[in-house]
Amino acid sequence: MLRIEESPGHRRAFIEGDMTIYTASALKEELVRVLDDPRELELNLAQVSEIDSTGVQLLMLVKREREGTKRSLSLTQHSVAVLDVFELMGLAPYFGDPVVMTRKKGA
Amino acid sequence: MELDDTLRMFVAESRELLQDMEDALLFVEQQTDKEESLNAIFRAAHTIKGSAGLFALNDIVAFTHEVESLLDKLRGGTLALDSAIIALLLQCRDHMSHLIDHVERGGDALTPELANAGGALAEQVKRVRGAVQEQAKKNAVAHIAESRVERMEGEQAGSENWHISLRFGPNSLRDGMDPLSFLRYLGTLGTIVSIATLDDALPAAKDMDPETCYLGFEISFKSEATKQTIENVFEFVRAESVIRILPPHSRLADFVSHIQGLPEQEMRLGEMLVRCGSLTAHELEEALRIQKEMAANAITLSVGDIVVESGMTSRGVLDAAVEKQAQIRDKKSRETQSVRVDADKLDQLINLVGELVIAGAGTALHAQAVGNGTLLESVSTLTRLVEEVRDSALRLRMVQIGATFNRFQRVVRDVSVELGKEIELVITGAETELDKTVVEKIGDPLMHLVRNSMDHGIETAEARIANGKTAGGTLRLNAYHDSGSIVIEVADDGAGLNKERILKKAIEKGLVQEGQHLEDQDIYNLIFEAGFSTAESVTNLSGRGVGMDVVRRNITALRGTVELESHPSEGTTFRIRMPLTLAIIDGFLVGVDKASYVVPLDMVLECVELNDSHRTALADRHYINLRGEVLPFIRLRELFGVGGHPPRRENVVVVQYGNLKAGLVVDRLMGEFQTVIKPLGKMFSHIRGIGGSTILGTGEVALIIDVQGLVHHVASSENAVFETAAA
Repeated sequence: MLRIEESPGHRRAFIEGDMTIYTASALKEELVRVLDDPRELELNLAQVSEIDSTGVQLLMLVKREREGTKRSLSLTQHSVAVLDVFELMGLAPYFGDPVVMTRKKGA
Repeated sequence: MELDDTLRMFVAESRELLQDMEDALLFVEQQTDKEESLNAIFRAAHTIKGSAGLFALNDIVAFTHEVESLLDKLRGGTLALDSAIIALLLQCRDHMSHLIDHVERGGDALTPELANAGGALAEQVKRVRGAVQEQAKKNAVAHIAESRVERMEGEQAGSENWHISLRFGPNSLRDGMDPLSFLRYLGTLGTIVSIATLDDALPAAKDMDPETCYLGFEISFKSEATKQTIENVFEFVRAESVIRILPPHSRLADFVSHIQGLPEQEMRLGEMLVRCGSLTAHELEEALRIQKEMAANAITLSVGDIVVESGMTSRGVLDAAVEKQAQIRDKKSRETQSVRVDADKLDQLINLVGELVIAGAGTALHAQAVGNGTLLESVSTLTRLVEEVRDSALRLRMVQIGATFNRFQRVVRDVSVELGKEIELVITGAETELDKTVVEKIGDPLMHLVRNSMDHGIETAEARIANGKTAGGTLRLNAYHDSGSIVIEVADDGAGLNKERILKKAIEKGLVQEGQHLEDQDIYNLIFEAGFSTAESVTNLSGRGVGMDVVRRNITALRGTVELESHPSEGTTFRIRMPLTLAIIDGFLVGVDKASYVVPLDMVLECVELNDSHRTALADRHYINLRGEVLPFIRLRELFGVGGHPPRRENVVVVQYGNLKAGLVVDRLMGEFQTVIKPLGKMFSHIRGIGGSTILGTGEVALIIDVQGLVHHVASSENAVFETAAA
């Protein structure tokens, strides 16, 4: 579920499939492995088909750990499912990444 | 698979809730204090909505939400409950039931019919609700003005929004309670103005369990809903989670205690509140100042006291709330105390207990033959225990008939509307217990009888008034135990059966010959004949002439009987009599020559001796004088053609069935015997007087006497003798 593309100074991880309680444990293992990477970390969320609170928690964990060690993290290409949840939980400012809103909703 | 299971559970649970809702709806009209029932109805609707939300069954959520809003108005007293609203709510309940059925069938999108029906109902609900909108607004204004006055003492936050703090319990996710579902659901009640998600509880990466919930939320929420409604959103997670709700314009002191009640650092939380827009920066400063003052005073108060202190609620309300929570907890624990068991497993258990009883009887017999005192004692203990096991095993299958009766509340309501009659249903003896298999099968015949009584029995209001009766008719359902049977009565206070019309119809149909003399009772019983119907107009409900004979056939198939009693202009009573259990009974063992017979003990009234003096007087009569009462009897020896000579002293076992009594003459009385009923083969099904067989401890077979059949036989042959004598 984590597909990684490497380049010098940059690491791009594609999270693919569900980020739900069924996949949370496995996904955490994989995410923890990339946590300490000194390079720039980009999590590409384009292929996240479904996300629940466990998925959100994992993203928050990665963000906080990276910030704690002054390393960068960017989330990119949020899928519709992710955007939906980010909007519901008011998480866009937390991660601080530019997001492309696919639909409008009065907040 | 797993999801299927939970969904199935949701369906089953929703059905139960809908049943509760219906019961409460039907009940609420008759109550003076409607609050309890309204709460029950509301809870049912609310729980269904909540669970449906968890499964993202949006159609159910949307529809139920409308219903719930209406119920909320009713509960709040801004709208008075009348029969029109109850009828509407019943329709809504039916629609919800259809929606649930749809889910069970695995249907995804609604069929156009369902969607239309739902839309129309929702419109109606909205209209009813709208009728009170104006009134509600006025009340609300008054209410707000009032509460303002009350709160003047403390400084208020300027925000017009609710503030909700949520800290979900660590097990929420594992229990399938995703915070997202609750937020989505909350969104249906109003607008989430702003929300901050907290990661403070999130531990370091290595300690973090991805399936534990660490999330917390600070929400600024704009809604017209009541505090109760908002609290109810989180009903399913209340036990484990921290949920704090501050109403709009709360005092700053309330924010202080609010902040204190949450696990995060005060400053950080304060910032969150400011970020949510629930407090301004200035207000936060003020709040922290108040808090310092309070800390300086160093008053330690319990949480409840803080709540009361800060004027959030009165002591009385708090006590009531605590009590309510305790009740809910009690109810929850009660629910977990009952277990659903497959009926087949129960049947198997009862079969095994049957075998145990037989084996026990054999052991007792051998012990007696050996004559060892210690052995006899232990065997008698064993026998007692086996008896207890048997009773409790049979009791497992016993259910109260009340649930079956209550179903008819709805039927009576609907049918009386359809017929334009005022009919009230009175239920008595609802706690009477009977075998579950019997309960399941009695529903249809009862339905026929109830509909029949409403359709044909009870007259129209005009006819009733003309006859000097009250305009509204009464239908009674009653149940009680009587000598080993359960009796179920369906009684109406209508016109009674019309003898002339029945007779005319019977002659028309060729059931009786013209000029044939019939007792009143015989005429009444004609309505149980196949193809008989006296209704002048065939209505929707009954009158197709397939009703009563089917009723009788169904009941006979259960080894029961149905009889009726009718009095002109007073009403008709149908009485169904059914055996209590179908498996094991207490029997009374009697002997004739070398054969043994079992009489069901419940039907035995007494035993008397048939001495020589009786016998000489009785040479050709078949009745004796029992304390001044005529008691017809029957000799089992003659009836079953048993050979041998009667001993010097014979005994009469007096049995009763219904209101008929008879004596059975036997050679020996052998005492009580636990009887496991074994059915007779098909070959013997036509034999009269035998209801089944059982196995004795010795391994011999004993026949079980069908008292009902015998008593009728004796009584009718006596009548025949009298009639020939009279003629």
